[in-house]
Amino acid sequence: MIRYRSYLLTFLSAFIVLGSWEIAGRIPVSYSFPTFVETITAFWVLLLDGTMFVAYGETLKPLVVGVLISAFLGIGIGLTIGLSKKFDWLLSPVFVVMQTAPLAALIPLLVMIYGIGLTSKVFVVCIMAMPVIVLNTSGAVRNTPASIIEMGQAFLGTKRDIILKIILPAASPIIFAGLRLGVSAGFIGAILAELKITPTGVGDIISYSRSIADYPSMYAAIMSIILLAVIFLNVLERIENFLFKGTRQGYASE
Amino acid sequence: MSNNTNDIDNAVTVSNVYKNYGDVEALRDLSLDFPRGQLTSLLGPSGCGKTTLLKIIAGLLPADSGEITVNSQPVTGPGPDRAFVFQDFALLPWATVMRNVAFGLELRGVNQSEREAIAEKYIGDVGLKGFENSYPHELSGGMRQRVGLARALSVDAQVLLMDEPFSAVDEQTRRKFQEDLLNLVKNENKTFIFVTHSIEEAVYVSDQVAILLPRPSRVSEIIRPEGFRHKDATSIRRDSEYLDIVDRIWASLRTYVE
Ligand SMILES: Nc1ncnc2c1ncn2[C@@H]1O[C@H](COP(=O)(O)OP(=O)(O)OP(=O)(O)O)[C@@H](O)[C@H]1O
Ligand SMILES: [Mg+2]
Repeated sequence: MIRYRSYLLTFLSAFIVLGSWEIAGRIPVSYSFPTFVETITAFWVLLLDGTMFVAYGETLKPLVVGVLISAFLGIGIGLTIGLSKKFDWLLSPVFVVMQTAPLAALIPLLVMIYGIGLTSKVFVVCIMAMPVIVLNTSGAVRNTPASIIEMGQAFLGTKRDIILKIILPAASPIIFAGLRLGVSAGFIGAILAELKITPTGVGDIISYSRSIADYPSMYAAIMSIILLAVIFLNVLERIENFLFKGTRQGYASE
Repeated sequence: MSNNTNDIDNAVTVSNVYKNYGDVEALRDLSLDFPRGQLTSLLGPSGCGKTTLLKIIAGLLPADSGEITVNSQPVTGPGPDRAFVFQDFALLPWATVMRNVAFGLELRGVNQSEREAIAEKYIGDVGLKGFENSYPHELSGGMRQRVGLARALSVDAQVLLMDEPFSAVDEQTRRKFQEDLLNLVKNENKTFIFVTHSIEEAVYVSDQVAILLPRPSRVSEIIRPEGFRHKDATSIRRDSEYLDIVDRIWASLRTYVE
Protein backbone atom coordinates (compact mmCIF):
# COMPACT_ATOMS: atom_id res chain seq x y z
CA MET A 1 0.00 0.00 0.00
CA ILE A 2 2.75 2.42 1.01
CA ARG A 3 4.80 1.26 -1.93
CA TYR A 4 1.91 1.91 -4.24
CA ARG A 5 1.43 5.39 -2.81
CA SER A 6 5.08 6.27 -3.17
CA TYR A 7 4.93 5.31 -6.86
CA LEU A 8 1.88 7.49 -7.20
CA LEU A 9 3.70 10.43 -5.60
CA THR A 10 6.71 9.96 -7.86
CA PHE A 11 4.44 9.89 -10.86
CA LEU A 12 2.62 12.99 -9.65
CA SER A 13 5.78 14.97 -9.10
CA ALA A 14 7.12 13.94 -12.52
CA PHE A 15 3.80 15.03 -14.03
CA ILE A 16 3.97 18.45 -12.35
CA VAL A 17 7.58 19.07 -13.38
CA LEU A 18 7.13 17.91 -16.97
CA GLY A 19 3.78 19.71 -17.21
CA SER A 20 5.31 23.00 -16.13
CA TRP A 21 8.12 22.42 -18.58
CA GLU A 22 5.61 21.94 -21.39
CA ILE A 23 3.71 25.11 -20.41
CA ALA A 24 6.92 27.13 -20.04
CA GLY A 25 8.03 25.92 -23.46
CA ARG A 26 4.74 26.93 -25.05
CA ILE A 27 4.57 30.46 -23.62
CA PRO A 28 7.62 30.46 -24.47
CA VAL A 29 9.83 31.78 -21.68
CA SER A 30 12.72 31.98 -24.12
CA TYR A 31 13.23 31.34 -27.78
CA SER A 32 15.89 28.80 -26.89
CA PHE A 33 13.66 26.84 -24.50
CA PRO A 34 11.84 23.98 -26.26
CA THR A 35 8.71 22.30 -24.99
CA PHE A 36 8.82 18.90 -23.37
CA VAL A 37 7.10 17.23 -26.32
CA GLU A 38 9.58 18.71 -28.79
CA THR A 39 12.44 17.54 -26.61
CA ILE A 40 11.14 14.02 -26.26
CA THR A 41 10.58 13.83 -30.01
CA ALA A 42 14.16 14.97 -30.64
CA PHE A 43 15.26 12.38 -28.10
CA TRP A 44 13.56 9.57 -30.06
CA VAL A 45 15.04 10.79 -33.33
CA LEU A 46 18.54 10.82 -31.86
CA LEU A 47 17.95 7.41 -30.33
CA LEU A 48 16.52 5.80 -33.46
CA ASP A 49 19.09 7.11 -35.94
CA GLY A 50 21.82 5.78 -33.66
CA THR A 51 23.42 9.16 -32.89
CA MET A 52 22.79 8.70 -29.19
CA PHE A 53 24.45 5.29 -29.06
CA VAL A 54 27.55 6.47 -30.89
CA ALA A 55 27.72 9.51 -28.61
CA TYR A 56 27.45 7.45 -25.44
CA GLY A 57 30.11 5.09 -26.76
CA GLU A 58 32.41 8.11 -26.55
CA THR A 59 31.12 9.73 -23.38
CA LEU A 60 30.99 6.56 -21.31
CA LYS A 61 34.70 5.85 -21.81
CA PRO A 62 36.11 8.67 -19.64
CA LEU A 63 33.06 8.48 -17.39
CA VAL A 64 33.32 4.79 -16.55
CA VAL A 65 37.10 4.80 -16.29
CA GLY A 66 37.09 7.97 -14.18
CA VAL A 67 34.31 6.82 -11.89
CA LEU A 68 35.91 3.41 -11.35
CA ILE A 69 39.27 4.96 -10.55
CA SER A 70 37.64 7.48 -8.24
CA ALA A 71 35.63 4.81 -6.46
CA PHE A 72 38.42 2.35 -5.81
CA LEU A 73 41.23 4.81 -5.29
CA GLY A 74 38.94 7.20 -3.42
CA ILE A 75 37.71 4.61 -0.95
CA GLY A 76 41.25 3.27 -0.53
CA ILE A 77 42.71 6.70 0.12
CA GLY A 78 39.77 7.61 2.34
CA LEU A 79 40.34 4.52 4.47
CA THR A 80 44.04 5.29 4.78
CA ILE A 81 43.34 8.86 5.78
CA GLY A 82 40.65 7.80 8.25
CA LEU A 83 42.85 5.20 9.89
CA SER A 84 46.06 7.17 10.16
CA LYS A 85 46.67 10.63 11.54
CA LYS A 86 49.84 10.94 9.48
CA PHE A 87 48.07 10.41 6.16
CA ASP A 88 45.30 12.68 7.30
CA TRP A 89 47.80 15.53 7.64
CA LEU A 90 49.48 14.60 4.40
CA LEU A 91 46.53 14.00 2.08
CA SER A 92 43.36 15.61 3.39
CA PRO A 93 44.34 19.13 2.32
CA VAL A 94 44.93 17.91 -1.24
CA PHE A 95 41.35 16.73 -1.53
CA VAL A 96 39.88 19.73 0.20
CA VAL A 97 41.69 21.93 -2.33
CA MET A 98 40.62 19.64 -5.16
CA GLN A 99 37.01 19.90 -4.09
CA THR A 100 37.01 23.68 -4.04
CA ALA A 101 39.29 24.25 -7.06
CA PRO A 102 37.68 26.04 -10.00
CA LEU A 103 37.77 23.15 -12.45
CA ALA A 104 37.24 25.25 -15.56
CA ALA A 105 40.44 27.11 -14.79
CA LEU A 106 42.36 23.86 -14.39
CA ILE A 107 41.27 22.36 -17.69
CA PRO A 108 43.70 24.35 -19.90
CA LEU A 109 46.48 23.19 -17.61
CA LEU A 110 45.41 19.55 -17.94
CA VAL A 111 45.21 19.88 -21.71
CA MET A 112 48.69 21.34 -21.77
CA ILE A 113 50.06 18.40 -19.83
CA TYR A 114 47.99 15.47 -21.08
CA GLY A 115 46.75 16.69 -24.44
CA ILE A 116 43.15 16.54 -25.61
CA GLY A 117 42.71 12.80 -25.46
CA LEU A 118 41.06 10.41 -23.07
CA THR A 119 43.58 11.00 -20.26
CA SER A 120 42.60 14.63 -19.74
CA LYS A 121 38.90 13.76 -19.70
CA VAL A 122 39.44 10.97 -17.20
CA PHE A 123 41.30 13.48 -15.06
CA VAL A 124 38.39 15.90 -15.16
CA VAL A 125 35.98 13.15 -14.10
CA CYS A 126 38.32 12.14 -11.27
CA ILE A 127 38.80 15.68 -10.04
CA MET A 128 35.04 16.04 -9.86
CA ALA A 129 34.28 12.64 -8.34
CA MET A 130 37.16 11.73 -6.09
CA PRO A 131 37.26 14.42 -3.36
CA VAL A 132 33.77 13.79 -2.03
CA ILE A 133 34.37 10.03 -2.04
CA VAL A 134 37.67 10.41 -0.18
CA LEU A 135 36.39 12.93 2.34
CA ASN A 136 33.20 10.98 3.08
CA THR A 137 35.08 7.73 3.51
CA SER A 138 37.70 9.18 5.82
CA GLY A 139 35.08 11.02 7.88
CA ALA A 140 32.98 7.88 8.21
CA VAL A 141 35.96 5.80 9.28
CA ARG A 142 36.98 8.34 11.88
CA ASN A 143 33.45 8.47 13.26
CA THR A 144 33.15 4.74 13.91
CA PRO A 145 31.91 4.50 17.52
CA ALA A 146 34.94 4.00 19.77
CA SER A 147 33.07 1.50 21.91
CA ILE A 148 32.60 -1.13 19.19
CA ILE A 149 36.24 -0.81 18.15
CA GLU A 150 37.19 -1.31 21.79
CA MET A 151 34.91 -4.34 21.87
CA GLY A 152 36.74 -5.78 18.86
CA GLN A 153 40.06 -5.30 20.61
CA ALA A 154 38.81 -6.81 23.85
CA PHE A 155 37.69 -9.93 21.98
CA LEU A 156 41.10 -10.21 20.31
CA GLY A 157 40.27 -8.96 16.83
CA THR A 158 43.32 -8.39 14.66
CA LYS A 159 43.80 -5.01 13.01
CA ARG A 160 42.46 -6.59 9.81
CA ASP A 161 39.36 -8.01 11.56
CA ILE A 162 38.61 -4.67 13.10
CA ILE A 163 38.84 -2.86 9.78
CA LEU A 164 36.88 -5.45 7.78
CA LYS A 165 34.30 -6.52 10.34
CA ILE A 166 33.75 -3.36 12.35
CA ILE A 167 34.99 -0.16 10.74
CA LEU A 168 33.97 -0.87 7.14
CA PRO A 169 30.40 -1.99 7.85
CA ALA A 170 29.96 0.86 10.33
CA ALA A 171 31.18 3.35 7.74
CA SER A 172 29.44 1.83 4.74
CA PRO A 173 26.27 3.97 4.72
CA ILE A 174 28.30 7.17 4.60
CA ILE A 175 30.83 5.71 2.16
CA PHE A 176 27.96 4.88 -0.17
CA ALA A 177 26.47 8.33 0.26
CA GLY A 178 29.86 9.71 -0.83
CA LEU A 179 29.94 7.30 -3.73
CA ARG A 180 26.54 8.50 -4.91
CA LEU A 181 27.60 12.14 -4.70
CA GLY A 182 30.89 11.28 -6.41
CA VAL A 183 29.19 9.48 -9.27
CA SER A 184 26.81 12.40 -9.86
CA ALA A 185 29.77 14.75 -9.88
CA GLY A 186 31.53 12.39 -12.29
CA PHE A 187 28.65 12.74 -14.76
CA ILE A 188 28.97 16.49 -14.60
CA GLY A 189 32.72 16.13 -15.06
CA ALA A 190 32.35 13.92 -18.14
CA ILE A 191 30.07 16.43 -19.88
CA LEU A 192 32.20 19.35 -18.79
CA ALA A 193 35.26 17.67 -20.25
CA GLU A 194 33.50 17.19 -23.56
CA LEU A 195 32.37 20.78 -23.66
CA LYS A 196 35.69 22.29 -22.60
CA ILE A 197 38.34 19.99 -24.06
CA THR A 198 37.16 18.51 -27.36
CA PRO A 199 33.54 18.16 -28.35
CA THR A 200 32.92 14.43 -28.52
CA GLY A 201 30.02 12.20 -27.58
CA VAL A 202 27.10 13.76 -25.78
CA GLY A 203 29.02 16.99 -25.32
CA ASP A 204 29.30 17.15 -29.09
CA ILE A 205 25.54 16.77 -29.54
CA ILE A 206 25.04 19.58 -27.04
CA SER A 207 27.48 22.02 -28.57
CA TYR A 208 26.67 21.12 -32.19
CA SER A 209 22.90 21.42 -31.82
CA ARG A 210 23.34 24.68 -29.95
CA SER A 211 25.46 26.06 -32.79
CA ILE A 212 22.71 25.30 -35.33
CA ALA A 213 19.97 26.43 -32.91
CA ASP A 214 18.45 22.93 -32.72
CA TYR A 215 17.43 23.44 -29.11
CA PRO A 216 15.18 20.37 -28.77
CA SER A 217 18.15 18.11 -29.60
CA MET A 218 20.35 19.99 -27.18
CA TYR A 219 17.85 19.51 -24.36
CA ALA A 220 17.31 15.91 -25.36
CA ALA A 221 21.03 15.27 -24.89
CA ILE A 222 21.03 17.00 -21.51
CA MET A 223 17.95 15.07 -20.47
CA SER A 224 19.49 11.78 -21.52
CA ILE A 225 22.53 12.31 -19.32
CA ILE A 226 20.34 13.14 -16.33
CA LEU A 227 18.29 10.04 -17.00
CA LEU A 228 21.40 7.90 -17.17
CA ALA A 229 22.71 9.36 -13.92
CA VAL A 230 19.45 8.59 -12.14
CA ILE A 231 19.44 5.02 -13.42
CA PHE A 232 23.06 4.58 -12.41
CA LEU A 233 22.42 5.91 -8.89
CA ASN A 234 19.52 3.51 -8.53
CA VAL A 235 21.71 0.59 -9.50
CA LEU A 236 24.27 1.75 -6.96
CA GLU A 237 21.64 1.83 -4.25
CA ARG A 238 20.63 -1.71 -5.10
CA ILE A 239 24.23 -2.85 -4.87
CA GLU A 240 24.49 -1.20 -1.47
CA ASN A 241 21.32 -2.86 -0.23
CA PHE A 242 22.57 -6.18 -1.47
CA LEU A 243 26.01 -5.88 0.11
CA PHE A 244 25.02 -4.46 3.46
CA LYS A 245 21.53 -5.72 4.11
CA GLY A 246 21.64 -5.50 7.88
CA THR A 247 23.60 -2.28 8.09
CA ARG A 248 20.79 -0.01 7.09
CA GLN A 249 18.27 -1.72 9.33
CA GLY A 250 20.63 -1.37 12.24
CA TYR A 251 20.98 2.34 11.87
CA ALA A 252 17.28 2.92 11.54
CA SER A 253 16.76 3.69 15.21
CA GLU A 254 20.23 3.86 16.62
CA MET B 1 46.06 -3.60 52.70
CA SER B 2 46.24 -7.17 51.45
CA ASN B 3 48.62 -8.66 54.00
CA ASN B 4 46.17 -11.35 54.91
CA THR B 5 45.60 -12.33 51.29
CA ASN B 6 49.22 -13.05 50.47
CA ASP B 7 48.67 -16.75 50.84
CA ILE B 8 45.63 -16.61 48.58
CA ASP B 9 45.97 -17.43 44.90
CA ASN B 10 45.14 -14.22 43.08
CA ALA B 11 43.94 -14.38 39.49
CA VAL B 12 44.36 -10.64 39.02
CA THR B 13 46.46 -8.16 40.95
CA VAL B 14 46.51 -4.41 40.61
CA SER B 15 49.33 -2.57 42.34
CA ASN B 16 49.86 1.16 42.72
CA VAL B 17 48.06 2.10 39.52
CA TYR B 18 47.79 5.73 38.46
CA LYS B 19 45.71 6.96 35.55
CA ASN B 20 45.09 10.48 34.33
CA TYR B 21 42.95 11.66 31.44
CA GLY B 22 44.69 14.91 30.62
CA ASP B 23 44.04 17.01 33.70
CA VAL B 24 41.48 14.63 35.15
CA GLU B 25 43.03 12.34 37.73
CA ALA B 26 40.97 9.16 37.55
CA LEU B 27 42.98 6.64 39.58
CA ARG B 28 45.61 7.47 42.19
CA ASP B 29 47.78 4.75 43.68
CA LEU B 30 45.08 2.11 43.47
CA SER B 31 45.93 -1.40 44.64
CA LEU B 32 43.55 -4.34 44.78
CA ASP B 33 43.81 -8.12 44.52
CA PHE B 34 41.22 -10.41 42.99
CA PRO B 35 41.32 -13.96 44.42
CA ARG B 36 40.87 -16.76 41.91
CA GLY B 37 37.48 -18.33 41.68
CA GLN B 38 35.83 -15.49 43.57
CA LEU B 39 33.64 -12.56 42.72
CA THR B 40 34.86 -9.09 43.61
CA SER B 41 32.55 -6.11 43.31
CA LEU B 42 33.67 -2.58 42.71
CA LEU B 43 31.33 -0.17 44.39
CA GLY B 44 31.74 3.56 44.22
CA PRO B 45 30.17 6.84 43.18
CA SER B 46 29.54 7.56 39.51
CA GLY B 47 32.61 8.83 37.70
CA CYS B 48 35.04 7.49 40.28
CA GLY B 49 36.93 5.37 37.78
CA LYS B 50 35.42 1.89 37.91
CA THR B 51 35.17 1.53 34.14
CA THR B 52 38.67 2.94 33.84
CA LEU B 53 40.03 0.30 36.21
CA LEU B 54 38.21 -2.46 34.36
CA LYS B 55 39.55 -1.32 31.00
CA ILE B 56 43.06 -1.16 32.38
CA ILE B 57 42.75 -4.74 33.60
CA ALA B 58 41.32 -5.72 30.22
CA GLY B 59 44.37 -4.23 28.52
CA LEU B 60 42.26 -1.74 26.58
CA LEU B 61 43.79 1.26 28.33
CA PRO B 62 47.39 1.63 29.49
CA ALA B 63 47.95 2.66 33.10
CA ASP B 64 50.22 5.67 33.60
CA SER B 65 52.18 3.71 36.16
CA GLY B 66 51.78 0.71 38.41
CA GLU B 67 51.50 -2.96 37.63
CA ILE B 68 48.64 -5.23 36.66
CA THR B 69 49.01 -8.98 36.45
CA VAL B 70 46.65 -11.71 35.28
CA ASN B 71 47.75 -15.20 36.28
CA SER B 72 51.01 -13.62 37.41
CA GLN B 73 51.72 -12.33 33.90
CA PRO B 74 51.92 -8.56 33.48
CA VAL B 75 49.11 -7.18 31.32
CA THR B 76 50.28 -5.61 28.07
CA GLY B 77 47.06 -5.84 26.08
CA PRO B 78 43.82 -7.79 25.73
CA GLY B 79 44.14 -11.56 26.13
CA PRO B 80 42.11 -14.74 25.77
CA ASP B 81 42.04 -15.10 29.56
CA ARG B 82 39.72 -12.11 29.96
CA ALA B 83 36.26 -11.26 28.60
CA PHE B 84 34.48 -7.92 28.91
CA VAL B 85 30.84 -7.00 29.40
CA PHE B 86 30.56 -3.38 28.34
CA GLN B 87 28.55 -0.79 30.23
CA ASP B 88 27.17 0.55 26.93
CA PHE B 89 26.74 -2.99 25.50
CA ALA B 90 28.93 -2.29 22.42
CA LEU B 91 26.84 -4.41 20.03
CA LEU B 92 27.23 -4.34 16.26
CA PRO B 93 24.02 -2.66 15.08
CA TRP B 94 24.11 -4.40 11.71
CA ALA B 95 24.55 -7.90 13.10
CA THR B 96 21.86 -10.24 14.40
CA VAL B 97 21.77 -11.39 18.01
CA MET B 98 23.32 -14.66 16.88
CA ARG B 99 26.24 -12.98 15.12
CA ASN B 100 26.75 -10.55 17.99
CA VAL B 101 26.87 -13.31 20.59
CA ALA B 102 29.18 -15.41 18.43
CA PHE B 103 31.36 -12.44 17.49
CA GLY B 104 34.00 -13.08 20.14
CA LEU B 105 34.37 -16.63 18.85
CA GLU B 106 34.31 -15.41 15.26
CA LEU B 107 37.29 -13.17 16.01
CA ARG B 108 39.07 -16.14 17.53
CA GLY B 109 38.65 -18.05 14.29
CA VAL B 110 36.14 -20.64 15.53
CA ASN B 111 34.23 -22.03 12.53
CA GLN B 112 30.66 -20.99 11.98
CA SER B 113 28.72 -24.11 12.94
CA GLU B 114 30.74 -24.60 16.10
CA ARG B 115 30.48 -21.00 17.26
CA GLU B 116 26.78 -20.83 16.54
CA ALA B 117 26.19 -23.94 18.58
CA ILE B 118 28.00 -22.35 21.53
CA ALA B 119 26.24 -19.02 21.05
CA GLU B 120 22.88 -20.79 20.85
CA LYS B 121 23.40 -22.19 24.34
CA TYR B 122 24.26 -18.84 25.91
CA ILE B 123 21.46 -17.07 24.07
CA GLY B 124 19.17 -19.55 25.77
CA ASP B 125 20.88 -19.06 29.13
CA VAL B 126 20.29 -15.32 29.14
CA GLY B 127 16.68 -15.83 28.09
CA LEU B 128 16.80 -14.63 24.49
CA LYS B 129 15.71 -17.82 22.79
CA GLY B 130 13.70 -16.95 19.71
CA PHE B 131 15.51 -13.65 19.15
CA GLU B 132 18.53 -15.15 17.37
CA ASN B 133 17.73 -13.37 14.14
CA SER B 134 16.67 -10.03 15.59
CA TYR B 135 18.81 -6.94 15.25
CA PRO B 136 19.85 -4.91 18.30
CA HIS B 137 17.53 -2.03 17.44
CA GLU B 138 14.62 -4.42 17.66
CA LEU B 139 15.48 -5.29 21.28
CA SER B 140 14.83 -3.46 24.53
CA GLY B 141 17.75 -2.04 26.51
CA GLY B 142 17.73 -4.96 28.92
CA MET B 143 17.69 -7.47 26.09
CA ARG B 144 20.64 -5.76 24.42
CA GLN B 145 22.53 -5.93 27.67
CA ARG B 146 21.93 -9.66 27.83
CA VAL B 147 23.35 -10.04 24.32
CA GLY B 148 26.56 -8.43 25.58
CA LEU B 149 26.52 -10.77 28.57
CA ALA B 150 26.06 -13.86 26.39
CA ARG B 151 28.91 -12.73 24.13
CA ALA B 152 31.29 -12.50 27.07
CA LEU B 153 30.21 -15.85 28.51
CA SER B 154 30.54 -17.67 25.21
CA VAL B 155 34.31 -17.11 24.87
CA ASP B 156 34.85 -19.07 28.10
CA ALA B 157 37.50 -16.79 29.60
CA GLN B 158 38.86 -17.34 33.12
CA VAL B 159 38.38 -13.76 34.17
CA LEU B 160 35.11 -11.97 33.50
CA LEU B 161 35.14 -8.20 33.63
CA MET B 162 31.56 -7.06 34.01
CA ASP B 163 30.76 -3.37 33.86
CA GLU B 164 27.30 -2.95 35.41
CA PRO B 165 26.03 -6.00 33.53
CA PHE B 166 22.54 -5.96 35.05
CA SER B 167 21.91 -2.22 35.09
CA ALA B 168 19.29 -2.24 32.33
CA VAL B 169 17.43 -5.47 33.05
CA ASP B 170 14.19 -5.53 34.99
CA GLU B 171 14.10 -6.40 38.68
CA GLN B 172 12.83 -9.98 38.24
CA THR B 173 15.46 -10.80 35.62
CA ARG B 174 18.06 -9.06 37.71
CA ARG B 175 17.33 -11.26 40.71
CA LYS B 176 17.40 -14.34 38.56
CA PHE B 177 20.72 -13.28 37.03
CA GLN B 178 22.16 -12.62 40.49
CA GLU B 179 21.25 -16.16 41.48
CA ASP B 180 22.64 -17.52 38.21
CA LEU B 181 25.80 -15.58 38.85
CA LEU B 182 26.16 -17.12 42.32
CA ASN B 183 25.83 -20.58 40.78
CA LEU B 184 28.35 -19.70 38.09
CA VAL B 185 30.85 -18.56 40.71
CA LYS B 186 30.24 -21.71 42.72
CA ASN B 187 30.42 -24.18 39.85
CA GLU B 188 33.09 -22.77 37.60
CA ASN B 189 36.51 -21.77 38.74
CA LYS B 190 36.23 -18.36 37.17
CA THR B 191 37.17 -15.00 38.57
CA PHE B 192 34.58 -12.27 38.32
CA ILE B 193 35.19 -8.56 38.57
CA PHE B 194 31.85 -6.93 38.83
CA VAL B 195 30.97 -3.25 38.78
CA THR B 196 27.64 -2.24 40.24
CA HIS B 197 25.87 0.75 41.73
CA SER B 198 23.64 -1.36 43.90
CA ILE B 199 24.87 -2.01 47.43
CA GLU B 200 22.41 -4.89 47.89
CA GLU B 201 23.53 -6.50 44.67
CA ALA B 202 27.19 -6.16 45.62
CA VAL B 203 26.70 -7.73 49.03
CA TYR B 204 24.44 -10.44 47.65
CA VAL B 205 26.74 -11.73 44.93
CA SER B 206 30.25 -10.90 46.14
CA ASP B 207 32.97 -12.73 47.96
CA GLN B 208 34.59 -9.36 48.44
CA VAL B 209 33.30 -5.83 47.96
CA ALA B 210 35.84 -3.08 47.27
CA ILE B 211 34.57 0.37 48.07
CA LEU B 212 36.20 3.06 45.97
CA LEU B 213 36.63 6.69 46.91
CA PRO B 214 35.47 9.45 44.57
CA ARG B 215 37.99 10.64 42.00
CA PRO B 216 40.95 10.29 42.25
CA SER B 217 40.01 6.77 43.05
CA ARG B 218 41.59 4.50 45.65
CA VAL B 219 40.21 1.58 47.59
CA SER B 220 38.83 2.86 50.87
CA GLU B 221 37.61 -0.43 52.31
CA ILE B 222 37.32 -4.10 51.48
CA ILE B 223 34.42 -6.03 52.95
CA ARG B 224 34.12 -9.79 52.72
CA PRO B 225 30.52 -10.89 53.23
CA GLU B 226 31.22 -14.52 54.11
CA GLY B 227 28.89 -15.57 56.88
CA PHE B 228 25.84 -16.26 54.73
CA ARG B 229 27.49 -17.65 51.57
CA HIS B 230 26.42 -21.21 52.33
CA LYS B 231 22.76 -20.27 52.68
CA ASP B 232 20.36 -20.76 49.81
CA ALA B 233 19.66 -17.93 47.46
CA THR B 234 16.35 -16.71 48.86
CA SER B 235 17.18 -16.72 52.55
CA ILE B 236 20.30 -14.61 52.05
CA ARG B 237 18.17 -11.54 51.48
CA ARG B 238 16.68 -11.92 54.96
CA ASP B 239 19.96 -12.81 56.67
CA SER B 240 20.86 -10.40 59.45
CA GLU B 241 24.56 -10.28 58.55
CA TYR B 242 23.61 -9.48 54.95
CA LEU B 243 21.42 -6.60 56.13
CA ASP B 244 24.10 -5.36 58.54
CA ILE B 245 26.72 -5.23 55.82
CA VAL B 246 24.37 -3.38 53.46
CA ASP B 247 23.79 -0.80 56.22
CA ARG B 248 27.47 -0.47 56.95
CA ILE B 249 28.37 0.14 53.31
CA TRP B 250 25.58 2.65 52.95
CA ALA B 251 26.84 4.47 56.04
CA SER B 252 30.32 4.79 54.60
CA LEU B 253 29.15 5.71 51.09
CA ARG B 254 26.58 8.31 52.13
CA THR B 255 29.29 10.68 53.31
CA TYR B 256 30.26 11.13 49.64
CA VAL B 257 26.74 11.67 48.48
CA GLU B 258 26.20 14.61 50.80
N1 LIG C 1 38.21 8.98 27.54
C1 LIG C 1 38.18 9.85 28.58
N2 LIG C 1 38.70 11.08 28.46
C2 LIG C 1 38.69 11.95 29.49
N3 LIG C 1 38.18 11.68 30.69
C3 LIG C 1 37.64 10.47 30.89
C4 LIG C 1 37.60 9.49 29.84
N4 LIG C 1 37.00 8.38 30.31
C5 LIG C 1 36.68 8.67 31.59
N5 LIG C 1 37.06 9.91 31.94
C6 LIG C 1 36.91 10.54 33.27
O1 LIG C 1 37.45 9.67 34.23
C7 LIG C 1 36.59 9.54 35.34
C8 LIG C 1 36.29 8.09 35.60
O2 LIG C 1 35.50 7.58 34.54
P1 LIG C 1 34.90 6.12 34.55
O3 LIG C 1 34.16 5.92 33.28
O4 LIG C 1 35.98 5.17 34.85
O5 LIG C 1 33.88 6.21 35.79
P2 LIG C 1 32.90 5.11 36.39
O6 LIG C 1 33.30 4.89 37.80
O7 LIG C 1 32.85 3.93 35.49
O8 LIG C 1 31.52 5.88 36.36
P3 LIG C 1 30.05 5.29 36.17
O9 LIG C 1 29.71 4.61 37.42
O10 LIG C 1 29.21 6.49 35.95
O11 LIG C 1 30.10 4.39 34.98
C9 LIG C 1 35.36 10.36 35.03
O12 LIG C 1 35.41 11.51 35.83
C10 LIG C 1 35.46 10.73 33.59
O13 LIG C 1 35.09 12.06 33.42
MG1 LIG D 1 31.44 3.12 34.28
